[in-house]
Amino acid sequence: MAHTADADFKTRLQNWIPKLVLSPSIAMMLVFVYGFILFSVYLSFTDSRLLPSYGWVGLENYSKLWRLSHWEVSLKNMGIFAGLYIVICTSIGLGLAIFLDQKIRGEGLLRPIYLYPMALSFIVTGTAWKWFLDPGIGLENVMHTWGWESFEFNWIKDRNFAIYTVVLAAVWQTSGFVMAMFLAGLRGIDNEILKAAQMDGASNWNLYRRIIIPQLRPAFLSAFVILSHLAIKTFDLVIALTGGGPGRATELPATFMYSYTFTRNQMGIGAASATIMLMTIAAIMIPYLYSELREKR
Amino acid sequence: MRVLLKTKAAVVAVLMASTTMGAAEDVEVLHWWTSGGEAAALNVLKQDLEGQGIGWTDMPVAGGGGEQAMTVLRARVTAGNAPTAVQGLGFDILDWGNQGSLANLNDVAAKEGWDDVVPDALKSFAKVDGKWVSAPVNVHSTNWVWANKAVLDANGIAVPTSWEEFTAALETLKAAGVTPIAHGGQAWQDATVFDAVAMSVLGPDGYKAAFIDLDEETLGSDGMKEAFDRMAVIRANVDDNFSGRDWNLATAMVINGEAGFQMMGDWAKGEFLNADKVPGEDFLCFRFPGTADQVTFNADQFMMFDQGGAVSAEQAALASAILSPSFQSAFNVVKGSVPARTDVSDADFDACGKQGMKDLAAAAASGNLFGSMAHGHAAPASVKNAIYDVVTAHFNGEYDSETAVEELVDAVSIAK
Amino acid sequence: MSVASQDTAIRTGRVTRTLIYVVLILFALFYMLPLYVMVVNSVKPLSEITGGGMMNLPREFTLEPWFKAWSSAQIGVEPTGLSPYFWNSIKMVVPAVAISTVLGALNGYVLTKWRFKYDTIIFGLMLFACFIPFQIVLIPMARMLGLMGLAGTTWGLALVHVVYGIGFTTLYFRNYYAVFPTELIRAAQIDGAGFFQIFWRILLPSSGPIAVVSIIWQFTNIWNDFLFGASFAGADSQPMTVALNNLVQASHGVKEYNVHFAGAILAAMPTLLVYIVAGRYFVRGLMAGSVKG
Repeated sequence: MAHTADADFKTRLQNWIPKLVLSPSIAMMLVFVYGFILFSVYLSFTDSRLLPSYGWVGLENYSKLWRLSHWEVSLKNMGIFAGLYIVICTSIGLGLAIFLDQKIRGEGLLRPIYLYPMALSFIVTGTAWKWFLDPGIGLENVMHTWGWESFEFNWIKDRNFAIYTVVLAAVWQTSGFVMAMFLAGLRGIDNEILKAAQMDGASNWNLYRRIIIPQLRPAFLSAFVILSHLAIKTFDLVIALTGGGPGRATELPATFMYSYTFTRNQMGIGAASATIMLMTIAAIMIPYLYSELREKR
Repeated sequence: MRVLLKTKAAVVAVLMASTTMGAAEDVEVLHWWTSGGEAAALNVLKQDLEGQGIGWTDMPVAGGGGEQAMTVLRARVTAGNAPTAVQGLGFDILDWGNQGSLANLNDVAAKEGWDDVVPDALKSFAKVDGKWVSAPVNVHSTNWVWANKAVLDANGIAVPTSWEEFTAALETLKAAGVTPIAHGGQAWQDATVFDAVAMSVLGPDGYKAAFIDLDEETLGSDGMKEAFDRMAVIRANVDDNFSGRDWNLATAMVINGEAGFQMMGDWAKGEFLNADKVPGEDFLCFRFPGTADQVTFNADQFMMFDQGGAVSAEQAALASAILSPSFQSAFNVVKGSVPARTDVSDADFDACGKQGMKDLAAAAASGNLFGSMAHGHAAPASVKNAIYDVVTAHFNGEYDSETAVEELVDAVSIAK
Repeated sequence: MSVASQDTAIRTGRVTRTLIYVVLILFALFYMLPLYVMVVNSVKPLSEITGGGMMNLPREFTLEPWFKAWSSAQIGVEPTGLSPYFWNSIKMVVPAVAISTVLGALNGYVLTKWRFKYDTIIFGLMLFACFIPFQIVLIPMARMLGLMGLAGTTWGLALVHVVYGIGFTTLYFRNYYAVFPTELIRAAQIDGAGFFQIFWRILLPSSGPIAVVSIIWQFTNIWNDFLFGASFAGADSQPMTVALNNLVQASHGVKEYNVHFAGAILAAMPTLLVYIVAGRYFVRGLMAGSVKG
């Protein structure tokens, strides 16, 4: 009798241990992520300025937000930046991975060269990029001293093109990482199928288009998650490279949010912009997570 | 009664000093003065305190002219862990004072007679509801023009005293193949120039109405449009590569004779001195044409955070050390600014410094001393940045002057 | 994991191969460029930099900027160089990376091998948590740290990094363990092995590659973080990035670019080292971890 009770207790304990192990993480997540999100959403309806305060103002912050041309600029920039950044990183990453997968001599050397930018923070590399892009001392100047007098590269000083220099530096930082993800995917593909198709006389181009790239679907999806997460959080890069300029031409939602919350003492508007950002992220991510996680069942 | 209170405070201070002596109570100071010269100047303060047995815990956070440090400060105060003293500017100090986060320094101030020696315009940023909450270190004035004397002489240019003379000088320099104006395209630098230009067009009353009282009519006036037109003239006399340039690199252009003028606050002087240039001989400093009698200022101060009700002995010692004439002189000679108290001897200052002290005293006496909009001493941070947005967009060619005036009125009304 | 070293069956001709090599080398040059600028300018005297020619090799080679950045550059009131801050960073990064990786491994283990109702929703919530903008957590986090008495301590800062890192580490380990044969675990259970025994004896020994991914990811993010480090550290626990920022952002006086670059490379040294040493396992770990499942 006592024996069964003991065994019973043990099984029940075994059933509870996994949930106990998971619970600290769940608790932290609920408080520090979802609790804070709710708090921030609440702040967006208040008159908070320097510090949180709790006077209810309804939708005033949102209406102010949409009257700011500055906010529209940052949203438009986000569209340009995220679109180009994700597409270019994915293409370069995939291209390099395919090339590096061709039994390349020196792969062991090339791979860390492609990967290392991910290891550096932009506080570090921002200055180097700023110099390189500056027409007075950077690439343009170097080309001039090498004799190519008509060479022009002044995007960083041009408010219509400055956002593309941000894309350039961001691609430099993460495309190697994306390459590693695709390379890993490529190494996992079953060679037997490829060999069979080769017997049937399929060209390399067709092999990649019909067989290999479709099999990389999980890698594409992971790359998309990581890249969109990085795109939304791009902050240091803009601060280090352009400071949001020329004018406010390279402002992104992350820098907008920061400046309204902390340097302009308009925490309510900052919280409203954060709420809109979170809703946008949710609109993109929830369908993706849903399809991804449901399939895995 | 007052005497009694004072002695009581003194007794408390002595008691606290004696009890904390053994524990070597420290002051923790959050600041953004991390460059060599500034840090050396601050070190004078540190050593002064250490001489009194008070330790100095250093908390430097540089970046964005103090913006980064203000973010950190907010986290620290929210956590209930405010530093003893924090470097602060203009409306930031008033905001924190109104939050009730700052200590009441009236006892120290009364003992040392701060009220008599600090100009009123500055006091309005150091006192909240009649209580001293922060200790001013210096007064910077921002409507200076810096010029390379050799370049001016070579082109036969005298110091311009009106906008017309100034534009004529710019034309001459342009024709001579010299960049007329050295400028860095960052929002705060654009706004610094705009400050001086607006003052020259609108005059002191218009400046006050527009940027301090935020009067919509003045903000949308023809005078304001004229100010933006003049900004466009200045833009036309800046080199193509100005965008994003740091102010000290622009100063270097004047020092090296690549450019004629720079509109910048008095901190630019340090760059000239570092390059072994002599004021009056190698470089000139004068007020922006049309603002000879006015001084727009910003002042660095140390806000004293409330440490649980009473002003601690260390805090009092720090505050009084900051306002001591010897520190005020030593620090400001290095920094390029002028002392926050008007009774400090100008013996150790150079020609520009002496002139700055004289101008400040004169402007304070004649009611021509105004807080600088660009440096957060005219309107709160939200309004300041809203004006930045418009000025920098106009300077970069996004708006014409007419649109800029409309946007200015709109932006200020959203931010108010 | 043996497939990791498998080569592709694709065969290419000579011309194509040459082209491929050219492209690969051109990209390598592109990636190396900023590092080249930084290294070259960190060993020049300042006069050579301000004289122009940022791409030129140094005419006069000097290591002075490196020594200065490490031990005598002006960071605050005292000219301490970056060295004291380096150790602050180490003290914060090591526990934060270790704890978040261990938690991620345990979470991944539970979410794949001890499934229960709603576990997918919990995982989805954890994943979505990765996207929270750091700007909005600053103030409430400061309040929580204050309430817990952790404000201004290394432990508080480590806690923050653990909290915002477990989403990623859980993702990595979950996808890795998802393809691990569940039969092995059922068999061990029948033999009477408990929850931790199974984890310790069966899963952990084969978790090397994914642990490397998790460690690299966390190490890089935490080491390079500035915002949390500046806001939540105390005077005696400020990390390296804050010091580097103070060095680079000083607004007055001569900008010693050579010292800035030397300091920047010094600050990046640990992450670079991690990438180079562990880089080989990185692709292998990613392969089994985040791209399959």
